[in-house]
Amino acid sequence: MTLVTYDLVEVGERLPNRSFPITRADLVRYAGASGDFNPIHWNARFAVRVGLPDVIAHGMFTMATAARLVTDWIGDPGAVVDYSVRFTKPVVVPDDESGAILDVEGIVAEKLEGGLVRIDLAARSGDDKVLGMARATVRLS
Amino acid sequence: MPLDPSFVGRSYPPTPPYQVGREKIREFAAAIGDANPAYTDVEAARALGHRDLVAPPTFAILLSLGASHLVVTDPALGLDYSRVVHGEQRFSYARPIVAGDELSVIVTVEKIRSVAGNDIITTRGDIVAADGEAVCSAYSTLVSRAPDPVPEATVPQ
Repeated sequence: MTLVTYDLVEVGERLPNRSFPITRADLVRYAGASGDFNPIHWNARFAVRVGLPDVIAHGMFTMATAARLVTDWIGDPGAVVDYSVRFTKPVVVPDDESGAILDVEGIVAEKLEGGLVRIDLAARSGDDKVLGMARATVRLS
Repeated sequence: MPLDPSFVGRSYPPTPPYQVGREKIREFAAAIGDANPAYTDVEAARALGHRDLVAPPTFAILLSLGASHLVVTDPALGLDYSRVVHGEQRFSYARPIVAGDELSVIVTVEKIRSVAGNDIITTRGDIVAADGEAVCSAYSTLVSRAPDPVPEATVPQ
């Protein structure tokens, strides 16, 4: 059962916007849980040496965070049948108390056969569009 | 350095089975800051019609990226892993991953290309249950960024 039903949803409907703070501590915890210990996500010296401005968030952390807009809206995370993104710009996470902010928007883009609905997402951090072609297809009740 | 194009189309043997545990799902959900009860409360997951705790939509990366690691770090491929960033990611689910699943991954190299000095590889990880049921296909595109131009001061005169 999803919180949103196929019959009632309309193309053009906007999902509630969200802003997610991302701190260095979040990246360390995500590294541990995911097993992705690439030092560009926790070691500023290393990040700069390989040409990045500073430590950057795991793309997969950004992708997971953006998905919360969809899964909170439909209730059942098991109803996501397809989810894809392009990582267009890194989310740079400074070593301070506030970190970075990820702003996510979503819109119902298309109603498909079989109770499926496509949601298009946009994710920004500061002035940078950090996800491109971010799309989730969900199966609604 | 261009990647070895002969890797395109290569498939690798299934990985040893990965046991999806409730505590790993809970740990992953906490790490992405997601309080959805379907990730932590078995009764809540069952009320939604699932057999057990549901894994978040991006949980499959634990299996697929691990499985493709051996491929993308193979010296014969020629990818500079120290300069790798994630370019694109897609998950296509036949059904959600739930706690108790025993999953293997079959990795295939889908595409290799070079754009403006960046080496780009796309792999597909087909995630299958112990009985062979298709669960998810995970497509990962990794980009090894072109080396920075040599600063003029270091160019021998």
